Amino acid sequence: MTTLSIRRADGIMTVQDMGRPGHLAQGLSRGGAMDRRALLEAAALLGADTPLAALEMAGAGGEFTFDTATRIALTGAPMSATLDGTPLRWNAAHLVLPDQVLRLGGVRSGVYGYLTPAGGIATDPWLDSRATHLTIGIGEALERGCTVPLGDDPDPERPAMGLPAPNRFEGGTFRVVDGAHTALFSDAVIEAFYATTFVRAPRGNRQGIQLGSDARFATDAAQGIASDLIGPGDVQMTGDGVPYILMAECQTVGGYPRIGTVLPEDLPLIAQAAPGVALRPCHVSLDTALASARSEAAELRDLAKQCTPLIRDVATIRDLLSYQLISGVTCGDDLD
Amino acid sequence: MSSAPLTAELLPAGLDAYLVRFALTPDPTAMGAARRFAAALEQTPPEGVEEIAAALVSVLVRLDPAAEREVIRAHLEDLAQAVVKGPLDLPPPTRRWTIPITFGGEAGPQLAQVSAALNLTEDAAVDQVCAADLRVLTIGFAPGQPYIGLMPEAWNLPRMSELNPSVPAGALVVAVRQFVLFGAESATGWQQIGQAAFRSFVPSRTPPMPLRGGDAIRFARASADDIARLTTDNDPMGGARLETL
Repeated sequence: MTTLSIRRADGIMTVQDMGRPGHLAQGLSRGGAMDRRALLEAAALLGADTPLAALEMAGAGGEFTFDTATRIALTGAPMSATLDGTPLRWNAAHLVLPDQVLRLGGVRSGVYGYLTPAGGIATDPWLDSRATHLTIGIGEALERGCTVPLGDDPDPERPAMGLPAPNRFEGGTFRVVDGAHTALFSDAVIEAFYATTFVRAPRGNRQGIQLGSDARFATDAAQGIASDLIGPGDVQMTGDGVPYILMAECQTVGGYPRIGTVLPEDLPLIAQAAPGVALRPCHVSLDTALASARSEAAELRDLAKQCTPLIRDVATIRDLLSYQLISGVTCGDDLD
Repeated sequence: MSSAPLTAELLPAGLDAYLVRFALTPDPTAMGAARRFAAALEQTPPEGVEEIAAALVSVLVRLDPAAEREVIRAHLEDLAQAVVKGPLDLPPPTRRWTIPITFGGEAGPQLAQVSAALNLTEDAAVDQVCAADLRVLTIGFAPGQPYIGLMPEAWNLPRMSELNPSVPAGALVVAVRQFVLFGAESATGWQQIGQAAFRSFVPSRTPPMPLRGGDAIRFARASADDIARLTTDNDPMGGARLETL
Protein backbone atom coordinates (compact mmCIF):
# COMPACT_ATOMS: atom_id res chain seq x y z
CA MET A 1 0.00 0.00 0.00
CA THR A 2 1.24 3.46 -0.93
CA THR A 3 1.14 6.26 1.60
CA LEU A 4 0.75 9.98 1.11
CA SER A 5 2.24 12.15 3.87
CA ILE A 6 0.90 15.63 4.39
CA ARG A 7 3.84 17.77 5.49
CA ARG A 8 1.82 20.97 5.35
CA ALA A 9 -1.86 21.75 4.75
CA ASP A 10 -2.57 25.38 3.86
CA GLY A 11 -6.30 25.25 3.09
CA ILE A 12 -9.19 23.01 4.13
CA MET A 13 -8.19 19.62 2.80
CA THR A 14 -10.61 16.68 2.65
CA VAL A 15 -10.95 13.37 0.84
CA GLN A 16 -13.73 13.56 -1.77
CA ASP A 17 -15.07 11.29 -4.45
CA MET A 18 -18.33 11.26 -6.41
CA GLY A 19 -20.29 10.98 -3.16
CA ARG A 20 -22.94 8.54 -1.94
CA PRO A 21 -26.16 8.81 -3.96
CA GLY A 22 -29.30 6.89 -3.07
CA HIS A 23 -29.95 7.94 0.55
CA LEU A 24 -32.25 10.95 0.12
CA ALA A 25 -35.16 9.11 1.72
CA GLN A 26 -33.07 8.83 4.89
CA GLY A 27 -31.99 12.44 4.93
CA LEU A 28 -28.47 11.96 3.61
CA SER A 29 -27.36 14.09 0.69
CA ARG A 30 -24.98 12.77 -1.95
CA GLY A 31 -22.05 14.98 -0.96
CA GLY A 32 -18.76 14.40 -2.74
CA ALA A 33 -16.48 16.70 -4.72
CA MET A 34 -17.57 20.29 -5.24
CA ASP A 35 -16.09 20.27 -8.76
CA ARG A 36 -17.04 16.84 -10.10
CA ARG A 37 -15.53 17.61 -13.50
CA ALA A 38 -12.09 17.93 -11.85
CA LEU A 39 -12.39 14.29 -10.74
CA LEU A 40 -13.42 13.25 -14.25
CA GLU A 41 -10.41 15.13 -15.65
CA ALA A 42 -8.13 13.39 -13.15
CA ALA A 43 -9.52 9.97 -14.11
CA ALA A 44 -8.97 10.75 -17.80
CA LEU A 45 -5.40 11.90 -17.18
CA LEU A 46 -4.61 8.79 -15.13
CA GLY A 47 -6.29 6.39 -17.55
CA ALA A 48 -8.86 5.28 -14.95
CA ASP A 49 -12.29 3.95 -15.96
CA THR A 50 -14.13 5.68 -13.14
CA PRO A 51 -13.39 8.70 -10.95
CA LEU A 52 -11.03 8.07 -8.01
CA ALA A 53 -11.08 9.42 -4.47
CA ALA A 54 -8.95 12.57 -4.38
CA LEU A 55 -7.73 15.29 -2.03
CA GLU A 56 -9.94 18.36 -2.37
CA MET A 57 -8.01 21.48 -1.42
CA ALA A 58 -9.98 24.68 -0.78
CA GLY A 59 -8.05 27.84 -1.63
CA ALA A 60 -4.54 26.54 -1.05
CA GLY A 61 -2.49 23.38 -1.26
CA GLY A 62 0.36 22.24 0.92
CA GLU A 63 3.40 20.01 0.90
CA PHE A 64 3.27 16.28 0.20
CA THR A 65 5.50 13.22 -0.11
CA PHE A 66 4.77 9.67 -1.26
CA ASP A 67 6.54 6.51 -0.09
CA THR A 68 6.15 4.66 -3.42
CA ALA A 69 6.46 5.86 -6.99
CA THR A 70 2.99 6.89 -8.13
CA ARG A 71 1.43 9.05 -10.78
CA ILE A 72 -0.74 11.91 -9.60
CA ALA A 73 -3.16 14.16 -11.43
CA LEU A 74 -3.49 17.86 -10.61
CA THR A 75 -6.87 19.26 -11.66
CA GLY A 76 -9.48 21.85 -10.67
CA ALA A 77 -8.49 25.36 -9.60
CA PRO A 78 -4.94 25.93 -10.88
CA MET A 79 -2.28 26.24 -8.17
CA SER A 80 1.44 26.75 -8.54
CA ALA A 81 2.98 23.27 -8.36
CA THR A 82 6.57 22.12 -8.00
CA LEU A 83 8.21 18.74 -7.55
CA ASP A 84 11.57 19.07 -5.78
CA GLY A 85 11.52 22.66 -6.96
CA THR A 86 10.81 21.91 -10.62
CA PRO A 87 7.57 23.48 -11.89
CA LEU A 88 4.80 21.06 -12.84
CA ARG A 89 2.09 21.74 -15.35
CA TRP A 90 -1.46 21.97 -13.92
CA ASN A 91 -4.27 19.91 -15.45
CA ALA A 92 -1.79 17.15 -16.05
CA ALA A 93 -0.58 13.87 -14.59
CA HIS A 94 2.98 13.41 -13.34
CA LEU A 95 5.09 10.66 -11.88
CA VAL A 96 6.24 11.30 -8.30
CA LEU A 97 9.11 9.24 -6.89
CA PRO A 98 9.47 8.27 -3.22
CA ASP A 99 10.49 11.20 -1.03
CA GLN A 100 10.26 13.78 -3.77
CA VAL A 101 8.54 16.85 -2.31
CA LEU A 102 5.39 18.04 -4.04
CA ARG A 103 4.52 21.65 -3.20
CA LEU A 104 1.17 23.14 -4.16
CA GLY A 105 0.68 26.88 -3.60
CA GLY A 106 -2.44 29.06 -3.37
CA VAL A 107 -5.04 28.99 -6.13
CA ARG A 108 -4.27 31.31 -9.05
CA SER A 109 -7.99 31.39 -9.88
CA GLY A 110 -10.96 29.30 -8.83
CA VAL A 111 -11.47 27.77 -5.38
CA TYR A 112 -11.02 23.98 -5.27
CA GLY A 113 -7.85 22.22 -6.45
CA TYR A 114 -7.63 18.41 -6.59
CA LEU A 115 -4.70 16.06 -6.09
CA THR A 116 -5.62 12.58 -7.32
CA PRO A 117 -3.23 9.64 -6.90
CA ALA A 118 -3.38 7.05 -9.67
CA GLY A 119 -4.47 4.30 -7.26
CA GLY A 120 -7.05 6.54 -5.59
CA ILE A 121 -7.19 7.39 -1.91
CA ALA A 122 -7.89 4.19 0.02
CA THR A 123 -9.40 5.38 3.29
CA ASP A 124 -12.21 3.20 4.68
CA PRO A 125 -15.42 3.78 2.74
CA TRP A 126 -18.69 4.55 4.51
CA LEU A 127 -21.87 3.69 2.58
CA ASP A 128 -19.72 2.94 -0.47
CA SER A 129 -18.02 6.32 -0.57
CA ARG A 130 -14.89 7.91 0.90
CA ALA A 131 -16.32 11.40 0.67
CA THR A 132 -15.73 13.48 3.78
CA HIS A 133 -18.90 15.16 5.04
CA LEU A 134 -17.75 17.41 7.86
CA THR A 135 -21.15 18.76 8.93
CA ILE A 136 -22.45 15.27 9.79
CA GLY A 137 -19.18 13.97 11.21
CA ILE A 138 -18.04 11.71 8.36
CA GLY A 139 -14.28 11.91 7.87
CA GLU A 140 -12.16 14.82 8.98
CA ALA A 141 -10.20 17.75 7.64
CA LEU A 142 -6.62 16.60 6.95
CA GLU A 143 -3.81 18.45 8.64
CA ARG A 144 -0.04 18.60 8.78
CA GLY A 145 1.30 15.23 9.90
CA CYS A 146 -1.59 13.17 8.53
CA THR A 147 -0.77 10.14 6.44
CA VAL A 148 -3.31 8.91 3.93
CA PRO A 149 -3.45 5.37 2.51
CA LEU A 150 -3.47 5.13 -1.28
CA GLY A 151 -4.10 2.34 -3.71
CA ASP A 152 -1.01 1.33 -5.68
CA ASP A 153 -0.59 2.93 -9.08
CA PRO A 154 -1.83 0.26 -11.53
CA ASP A 155 0.39 1.58 -14.33
CA PRO A 156 3.28 3.78 -13.17
CA GLU A 157 4.97 3.49 -16.57
CA ARG A 158 2.07 5.20 -18.35
CA PRO A 159 3.42 8.40 -19.91
CA ALA A 160 2.61 11.73 -18.28
CA MET A 161 -0.52 13.26 -19.80
CA GLY A 162 -2.00 16.71 -20.09
CA LEU A 163 -5.42 18.20 -20.86
CA PRO A 164 -6.11 21.63 -22.33
CA ALA A 165 -6.67 24.19 -19.57
CA PRO A 166 -10.41 24.46 -18.77
CA ASN A 167 -12.04 27.90 -18.50
CA ARG A 168 -14.40 27.48 -15.56
CA PHE A 169 -12.42 29.39 -12.93
CA GLU A 170 -13.42 32.99 -13.65
CA GLY A 171 -17.21 32.83 -13.39
CA GLY A 172 -19.40 33.37 -16.45
CA THR A 173 -22.82 32.23 -17.59
CA PHE A 174 -24.63 29.32 -15.99
CA ARG A 175 -27.75 27.65 -17.32
CA VAL A 176 -30.91 27.21 -15.22
CA VAL A 177 -34.03 25.13 -15.88
CA ASP A 178 -37.43 25.68 -14.28
CA GLY A 179 -38.27 23.53 -11.29
CA ALA A 180 -41.15 22.62 -9.01
CA HIS A 181 -41.37 26.12 -7.48
CA THR A 182 -40.70 28.36 -10.47
CA ALA A 183 -44.42 29.07 -10.91
CA LEU A 184 -44.53 30.56 -7.39
CA PHE A 185 -42.47 33.53 -8.60
CA SER A 186 -44.02 36.42 -10.54
CA ASP A 187 -42.99 36.92 -14.16
CA ALA A 188 -41.41 40.23 -13.18
CA VAL A 189 -39.21 38.58 -10.53
CA ILE A 190 -38.19 35.79 -12.91
CA GLU A 191 -37.36 38.32 -15.61
CA ALA A 192 -35.35 40.42 -13.17
CA PHE A 193 -33.45 37.35 -11.96
CA TYR A 194 -32.33 36.42 -15.46
CA ALA A 195 -31.43 40.04 -16.26
CA THR A 196 -29.09 40.30 -13.27
CA THR A 197 -25.35 39.87 -13.29
CA PHE A 198 -24.54 38.50 -9.84
CA VAL A 199 -21.24 38.28 -8.05
CA ARG A 200 -20.26 35.25 -6.08
CA ALA A 201 -20.83 36.58 -2.55
CA PRO A 202 -18.39 35.92 0.31
CA ARG A 203 -20.95 33.62 1.97
CA GLY A 204 -20.58 30.14 0.67
CA ASN A 205 -19.37 26.68 1.56
CA ARG A 206 -19.88 23.07 0.55
CA GLN A 207 -23.60 23.40 1.38
CA GLY A 208 -24.43 26.43 -0.70
CA ILE A 209 -23.13 29.59 -2.36
CA GLN A 210 -24.77 32.99 -2.11
CA LEU A 211 -25.31 35.04 -5.26
CA GLY A 212 -24.65 38.70 -4.47
CA SER A 213 -26.75 41.54 -5.91
CA ASP A 214 -28.60 44.61 -4.61
CA ALA A 215 -31.84 43.24 -6.05
CA ARG A 216 -34.15 40.83 -4.20
CA PHE A 217 -36.19 38.02 -5.74
CA ALA A 218 -38.83 37.17 -3.15
CA THR A 219 -42.25 35.60 -3.56
CA ASP A 220 -45.17 35.83 -1.14
CA ALA A 221 -46.70 32.74 -2.75
CA ALA A 222 -44.17 30.62 -0.86
CA GLN A 223 -45.62 31.48 2.57
CA GLY A 224 -46.45 28.30 4.47
CA ILE A 225 -45.37 25.84 1.79
CA ALA A 226 -44.42 22.36 2.93
CA SER A 227 -40.76 21.41 2.80
CA ASP A 228 -39.82 19.10 -0.02
CA LEU A 229 -36.72 17.46 -1.46
CA ILE A 230 -33.89 19.76 -2.51
CA GLY A 231 -30.59 19.02 -4.17
CA PRO A 232 -27.38 20.38 -5.63
CA GLY A 233 -28.01 23.04 -8.26
CA ASP A 234 -31.33 24.26 -6.83
CA VAL A 235 -31.43 28.07 -6.68
CA GLN A 236 -33.16 28.75 -3.39
CA MET A 237 -34.40 32.17 -2.24
CA THR A 238 -34.28 33.07 1.41
CA GLY A 239 -37.41 34.71 2.86
CA ASP A 240 -36.16 38.15 1.83
CA GLY A 241 -35.25 37.02 -1.70
CA VAL A 242 -31.49 36.42 -1.57
CA PRO A 243 -30.48 33.57 -3.93
CA TYR A 244 -28.33 30.66 -2.83
CA ILE A 245 -27.21 27.87 -5.13
CA LEU A 246 -27.29 24.59 -3.24
CA MET A 247 -24.08 22.57 -3.50
CA ALA A 248 -22.74 19.07 -2.76
CA GLU A 249 -23.51 18.98 0.98
CA CYS A 250 -26.87 20.74 1.00
CA GLN A 251 -29.59 19.43 3.27
CA THR A 252 -32.06 17.00 1.73
CA VAL A 253 -35.27 18.87 2.48
CA GLY A 254 -36.01 22.56 2.57
CA GLY A 255 -38.92 24.93 2.70
CA TYR A 256 -37.54 27.93 0.82
CA PRO A 257 -38.85 28.51 -2.69
CA ARG A 258 -36.57 27.63 -5.59
CA ILE A 259 -36.62 29.61 -8.82
CA GLY A 260 -34.94 26.84 -10.80
CA THR A 261 -32.05 24.41 -10.96
CA VAL A 262 -28.54 24.93 -12.36
CA LEU A 263 -27.56 22.30 -14.93
CA PRO A 264 -25.20 19.71 -13.43
CA GLU A 265 -22.67 20.49 -16.17
CA ASP A 266 -22.49 24.13 -15.03
CA LEU A 267 -22.21 23.44 -11.28
CA PRO A 268 -18.38 23.17 -11.43
CA LEU A 269 -18.35 26.76 -12.69
CA ILE A 270 -20.36 27.83 -9.62
CA ALA A 271 -18.15 25.79 -7.26
CA GLN A 272 -15.03 27.35 -8.74
CA ALA A 273 -16.29 30.96 -8.69
CA ALA A 274 -14.18 32.85 -6.16
CA PRO A 275 -15.87 35.64 -4.18
CA GLY A 276 -16.35 38.71 -6.38
CA VAL A 277 -16.40 36.85 -9.68
CA ALA A 278 -19.36 37.62 -12.00
CA LEU A 279 -22.04 34.95 -12.50
CA ARG A 280 -24.92 35.35 -14.95
CA PRO A 281 -27.95 33.03 -15.00
CA CYS A 282 -29.30 32.03 -18.39
CA HIS A 283 -32.70 30.37 -18.71
CA VAL A 284 -32.93 27.24 -20.83
CA SER A 285 -35.92 24.98 -21.41
CA LEU A 286 -35.86 21.49 -19.97
CA ASP A 287 -35.99 20.02 -23.50
CA THR A 288 -32.98 22.04 -24.60
CA ALA A 289 -31.08 21.07 -21.47
CA LEU A 290 -31.91 17.38 -21.85
CA ALA A 291 -30.91 17.44 -25.52
CA SER A 292 -27.41 18.69 -24.69
CA ALA A 293 -26.94 16.80 -21.40
CA ARG A 294 -24.00 14.43 -21.22
CA SER A 295 -23.69 11.69 -18.64
CA GLU A 296 -20.56 11.80 -16.49
CA ALA A 297 -19.46 8.52 -18.08
CA ALA A 298 -19.69 10.14 -21.53
CA GLU A 299 -17.85 13.22 -20.24
CA LEU A 300 -15.05 10.99 -18.98
CA ARG A 301 -14.77 9.26 -22.37
CA ASP A 302 -14.58 12.65 -24.11
CA LEU A 303 -11.92 13.89 -21.72
CA ALA A 304 -9.87 10.72 -22.17
CA LYS A 305 -9.77 11.43 -25.93
CA GLN A 306 -8.48 14.96 -25.30
CA CYS A 307 -5.49 13.81 -23.22
CA THR A 308 -2.13 14.18 -24.91
CA PRO A 309 1.31 13.06 -23.71
CA LEU A 310 3.26 15.79 -21.97
CA ILE A 311 6.35 16.87 -23.83
CA ARG A 312 9.02 17.73 -21.32
CA ASP A 313 11.06 20.84 -21.77
CA VAL A 314 14.69 19.67 -21.93
CA ALA A 315 15.69 22.69 -19.87
CA THR A 316 13.83 21.23 -16.90
CA ILE A 317 15.40 17.77 -17.14
CA ARG A 318 18.09 17.77 -14.47
CA ASP A 319 19.69 14.44 -15.33
CA LEU A 320 19.71 15.14 -19.05
CA LEU A 321 23.16 13.64 -19.57
CA SER A 322 22.03 10.27 -18.31
CA TYR A 323 19.53 9.95 -21.16
CA GLN A 324 20.41 8.04 -24.34
CA LEU A 325 19.97 10.93 -26.77
CA ILE A 326 22.14 10.12 -29.75
CA SER A 327 22.38 6.58 -30.94
CA GLY A 328 18.65 6.04 -31.02
CA VAL A 329 18.94 2.63 -29.44
CA THR A 330 16.64 2.14 -26.52
CA CYS A 331 14.82 -0.83 -25.17
CA GLY A 332 11.72 0.53 -26.88
CA ASP A 333 9.21 0.59 -24.05
CA ASP A 334 9.94 4.25 -23.31
CA LEU A 335 8.33 5.13 -26.63
CA ASP A 336 4.89 3.86 -25.65
CA MET B 1 -59.17 17.23 6.46
CA SER B 2 -59.32 19.47 3.44
CA SER B 3 -62.63 19.54 1.60
CA ALA B 4 -61.28 20.32 -1.89
CA PRO B 5 -60.50 17.24 -3.99
CA LEU B 6 -56.84 16.37 -4.01
CA THR B 7 -54.82 16.88 -7.17
CA ALA B 8 -51.38 15.64 -8.15
CA GLU B 9 -48.83 17.66 -10.09
CA LEU B 10 -45.90 16.13 -11.91
CA LEU B 11 -43.09 18.67 -11.93
CA PRO B 12 -39.50 18.58 -13.15
CA ALA B 13 -36.76 18.54 -10.49
CA GLY B 14 -33.46 19.15 -12.21
CA LEU B 15 -32.58 17.04 -15.25
CA ASP B 16 -32.86 13.63 -13.63
CA ALA B 17 -35.93 13.72 -11.41
CA TYR B 18 -39.64 14.38 -11.14
CA LEU B 19 -41.37 15.78 -8.12
CA VAL B 20 -44.88 14.42 -7.66
CA ARG B 21 -46.68 16.93 -5.45
CA PHE B 22 -50.06 16.43 -3.82
CA ALA B 23 -50.31 19.87 -2.17
CA LEU B 24 -48.21 22.94 -1.64
CA THR B 25 -48.98 23.17 2.07
CA PRO B 26 -48.66 20.45 4.76
CA ASP B 27 -52.23 19.22 4.29
CA PRO B 28 -52.88 15.90 6.13
CA THR B 29 -54.76 14.32 3.21
CA ALA B 30 -51.85 15.10 0.89
CA MET B 31 -49.50 13.50 3.44
CA GLY B 32 -51.44 10.26 3.15
CA ALA B 33 -51.36 10.51 -0.64
CA ALA B 34 -47.61 11.13 -0.75
CA ARG B 35 -46.92 8.17 1.53
CA ARG B 36 -49.30 5.91 -0.44
CA PHE B 37 -47.73 7.00 -3.74
CA ALA B 38 -44.21 6.32 -2.43
CA ALA B 39 -45.21 2.92 -1.01
CA ALA B 40 -46.86 1.85 -4.28
CA LEU B 41 -43.86 2.98 -6.30
CA GLU B 42 -41.40 1.25 -3.96
CA GLN B 43 -43.35 -1.98 -4.27
CA THR B 44 -42.99 -2.15 -8.06
CA PRO B 45 -40.55 0.50 -9.20
CA PRO B 46 -40.60 0.94 -12.99
CA GLU B 47 -37.35 0.26 -14.79
CA GLY B 48 -35.12 3.33 -14.84
CA VAL B 49 -36.20 4.66 -11.41
CA GLU B 50 -33.06 5.07 -9.31
CA GLU B 51 -34.40 6.58 -6.14
CA ILE B 52 -37.70 7.33 -4.42
CA ALA B 53 -37.78 9.82 -1.56
CA ALA B 54 -40.98 11.02 0.09
CA ALA B 55 -41.23 14.40 1.80
CA LEU B 56 -44.40 15.46 3.66
CA VAL B 57 -46.71 16.07 0.69
CA SER B 58 -44.50 15.27 -2.29
CA VAL B 59 -42.33 12.45 -3.60
CA LEU B 60 -39.08 12.88 -5.49
CA VAL B 61 -38.46 10.23 -8.14
CA ARG B 62 -34.90 10.20 -9.48
CA LEU B 63 -34.27 8.53 -12.82
CA ASP B 64 -31.34 6.86 -14.43
CA PRO B 65 -30.24 9.47 -17.02
CA ALA B 66 -30.54 6.78 -19.69
CA ALA B 67 -34.13 5.94 -18.69
CA GLU B 68 -37.14 6.35 -20.98
CA ARG B 69 -38.38 9.59 -19.44
CA GLU B 70 -41.73 9.66 -21.21
CA VAL B 71 -42.55 6.07 -20.27
CA ILE B 72 -41.77 6.72 -16.63
CA ARG B 73 -43.58 10.03 -16.72
CA ALA B 74 -46.75 8.33 -17.98
CA HIS B 75 -46.44 5.65 -15.30
CA LEU B 76 -46.03 8.25 -12.52
CA GLU B 77 -48.95 10.25 -13.88
CA ASP B 78 -51.24 7.18 -13.89
CA LEU B 79 -50.15 6.13 -10.42
CA ALA B 80 -50.64 9.66 -9.03
CA GLN B 81 -54.14 9.89 -10.55
CA ALA B 82 -55.02 6.52 -9.01
CA VAL B 83 -53.71 7.58 -5.59
CA VAL B 84 -55.68 10.84 -5.41
CA LYS B 85 -58.93 8.90 -5.91
CA GLY B 86 -58.33 7.46 -2.44
CA PRO B 87 -58.24 6.02 0.11
CA LEU B 88 -56.08 8.81 1.47
CA ASP B 89 -55.34 7.70 5.01
CA LEU B 90 -51.79 6.53 5.60
CA PRO B 91 -51.14 3.04 4.24
CA PRO B 92 -50.77 0.29 6.85
CA PRO B 93 -47.27 0.22 8.35
CA THR B 94 -44.95 -2.73 7.84
CA ARG B 95 -42.78 -2.02 10.89
CA ARG B 96 -43.33 -0.52 14.33
CA TRP B 97 -40.79 1.08 16.66
CA THR B 98 -41.35 1.53 20.36
CA ILE B 99 -39.06 4.28 21.59
CA PRO B 100 -38.59 5.02 25.32
CA ILE B 101 -38.88 8.71 26.21
CA THR B 102 -38.57 10.57 29.47
CA PHE B 103 -41.08 13.42 29.52
CA GLY B 104 -40.99 16.76 31.35
CA GLY B 105 -38.50 18.03 33.87
CA GLU B 106 -35.09 18.90 32.50
CA ALA B 107 -35.70 16.54 29.60
CA GLY B 108 -38.86 18.35 28.59
CA PRO B 109 -38.59 21.99 29.64
CA GLN B 110 -41.61 23.08 27.58
CA LEU B 111 -43.97 20.23 28.55
CA ALA B 112 -45.78 22.49 31.03
CA GLN B 113 -46.30 25.15 28.37
CA VAL B 114 -47.54 22.62 25.84
CA SER B 115 -49.94 21.01 28.33
CA ALA B 116 -51.30 24.40 29.33
CA ALA B 117 -51.93 25.29 25.69
CA LEU B 118 -53.89 22.02 25.38
CA ASN B 119 -55.80 22.56 28.64
CA LEU B 120 -54.44 19.26 29.93
CA THR B 121 -52.37 18.21 32.90
CA GLU B 122 -48.81 17.23 32.00
CA ASP B 123 -49.71 13.65 32.75
CA ALA B 124 -52.74 13.69 30.46
CA ALA B 125 -50.71 15.31 27.65
CA VAL B 126 -48.05 12.59 27.93
CA ASP B 127 -50.80 9.95 27.95
CA GLN B 128 -52.05 11.33 24.64
CA VAL B 129 -48.54 11.25 23.16
CA CYS B 130 -47.97 7.66 24.25
CA ALA B 131 -51.40 6.51 23.07
CA ALA B 132 -51.08 8.11 19.65
CA ASP B 133 -50.73 5.96 16.56
CA LEU B 134 -47.82 7.77 14.96
CA ARG B 135 -45.81 7.42 11.77
CA VAL B 136 -42.52 8.60 10.39
CA LEU B 137 -43.95 11.17 7.96
CA THR B 138 -40.60 11.98 6.40
CA ILE B 139 -36.90 11.94 7.21
CA GLY B 140 -34.73 14.89 6.53
CA PHE B 141 -32.94 18.09 7.38
CA ALA B 142 -30.26 15.88 8.93
CA PRO B 143 -29.44 12.22 8.23
CA GLY B 144 -31.95 9.85 9.79
CA GLN B 145 -33.90 12.60 11.52
CA PRO B 146 -37.63 11.80 11.56
CA TYR B 147 -40.68 14.01 11.37
CA ILE B 148 -43.35 12.05 13.24
CA GLY B 149 -47.10 12.61 13.26
CA LEU B 150 -49.84 13.37 13.26
CA MET B 151 -51.24 14.27 16.67
CA PRO B 152 -54.93 15.31 16.91
CA GLU B 153 -55.91 18.77 15.65
CA ALA B 154 -55.68 20.27 19.18
CA TRP B 155 -51.92 19.77 18.92
CA ASN B 156 -51.64 22.21 16.02
CA LEU B 157 -49.31 24.29 18.18
CA PRO B 158 -47.42 27.14 16.58
CA ARG B 159 -43.65 27.24 16.52
CA MET B 160 -42.22 29.39 19.32
CA SER B 161 -41.47 33.02 18.49
CA GLU B 162 -38.16 32.71 20.31
CA LEU B 163 -35.74 30.14 18.99
CA ASN B 164 -34.62 27.54 21.53
CA PRO B 165 -30.89 28.07 21.05
CA SER B 166 -29.95 24.47 21.67
CA VAL B 167 -31.64 21.14 22.31
CA PRO B 168 -29.56 17.98 22.70
CA ALA B 169 -29.43 14.96 20.40
CA GLY B 170 -32.44 12.79 21.18
CA ALA B 171 -34.66 15.75 22.11
CA LEU B 172 -38.35 15.16 21.36
CA VAL B 173 -39.86 18.43 20.20
CA VAL B 174 -43.39 19.25 19.10
CA ALA B 175 -45.21 21.77 16.86
CA VAL B 176 -47.87 21.77 14.12
CA ARG B 177 -49.20 18.29 15.14
CA GLN B 178 -45.76 16.76 14.56
CA PHE B 179 -42.73 15.64 16.52
CA VAL B 180 -39.10 15.82 15.55
CA LEU B 181 -36.65 13.53 17.31
CA PHE B 182 -33.41 15.42 16.89
CA GLY B 183 -30.47 13.48 15.49
CA ALA B 184 -27.88 15.94 16.76
CA GLU B 185 -27.75 19.01 19.00
CA SER B 186 -29.70 21.72 17.24
CA ALA B 187 -31.40 25.08 17.53
CA THR B 188 -35.16 24.89 17.07
CA GLY B 189 -38.38 26.84 17.22
CA TRP B 190 -40.26 23.73 18.35
CA GLN B 191 -40.98 22.95 22.03
CA GLN B 192 -39.04 20.23 23.81
CA ILE B 193 -41.26 17.92 25.83
CA GLY B 194 -39.03 14.88 26.22
CA GLN B 195 -35.77 13.10 25.61
CA ALA B 196 -34.87 9.74 24.06
CA ALA B 197 -31.67 7.71 24.32
CA PHE B 198 -32.39 6.48 20.78
CA ARG B 199 -30.13 8.04 18.13
CA SER B 200 -31.55 8.35 14.61
CA PHE B 201 -28.09 8.67 13.05
CA VAL B 202 -24.95 6.85 14.18
CA PRO B 203 -22.42 6.51 11.36
CA SER B 204 -20.71 3.45 12.89
CA ARG B 205 -23.94 1.51 13.43
CA THR B 206 -25.49 -0.80 10.85
CA PRO B 207 -27.74 0.63 9.61
CA PRO B 208 -26.58 4.19 10.39
CA MET B 209 -30.09 5.57 9.77
CA PRO B 210 -32.50 2.86 10.97
CA LEU B 211 -35.84 4.66 10.58
CA ARG B 212 -37.77 4.54 7.32
CA GLY B 213 -40.54 6.76 6.08
CA GLY B 214 -43.89 5.15 6.90
CA ASP B 215 -42.63 3.28 9.99
CA ALA B 216 -45.12 3.21 12.86
CA ILE B 217 -43.89 4.86 16.06
CA ARG B 218 -45.01 4.39 19.66
CA PHE B 219 -43.49 6.48 22.41
CA ALA B 220 -43.17 4.68 25.76
CA ARG B 221 -42.83 6.51 29.07
CA ALA B 222 -39.47 6.01 30.74
CA SER B 223 -37.93 7.59 33.81
CA ALA B 224 -35.09 10.09 33.56
CA ASP B 225 -32.90 7.42 35.17
CA ASP B 226 -33.88 4.86 32.51
CA ILE B 227 -32.94 7.25 29.72
CA ALA B 228 -29.68 8.19 31.47
CA ARG B 229 -28.83 4.50 31.84
CA LEU B 230 -29.77 3.69 28.22
CA THR B 231 -27.66 6.63 27.07
CA THR B 232 -24.58 5.51 28.98
CA ASP B 233 -25.10 1.87 27.96
CA ASN B 234 -23.53 2.84 24.65
CA ASP B 235 -26.47 1.26 22.90
CA PRO B 236 -27.28 3.80 20.19
CA MET B 237 -30.70 2.15 19.81
CA GLY B 238 -31.45 3.58 23.24
CA GLY B 239 -33.78 0.75 24.15
CA ALA B 240 -35.89 1.18 21.02
CA ARG B 241 -37.69 -1.98 19.92
CA LEU B 242 -38.51 -2.84 16.32
CA GLU B 243 -41.35 -5.19 15.34
CA THR B 244 -42.08 -6.31 11.81
CA LEU B 245 -45.84 -6.21 11.30
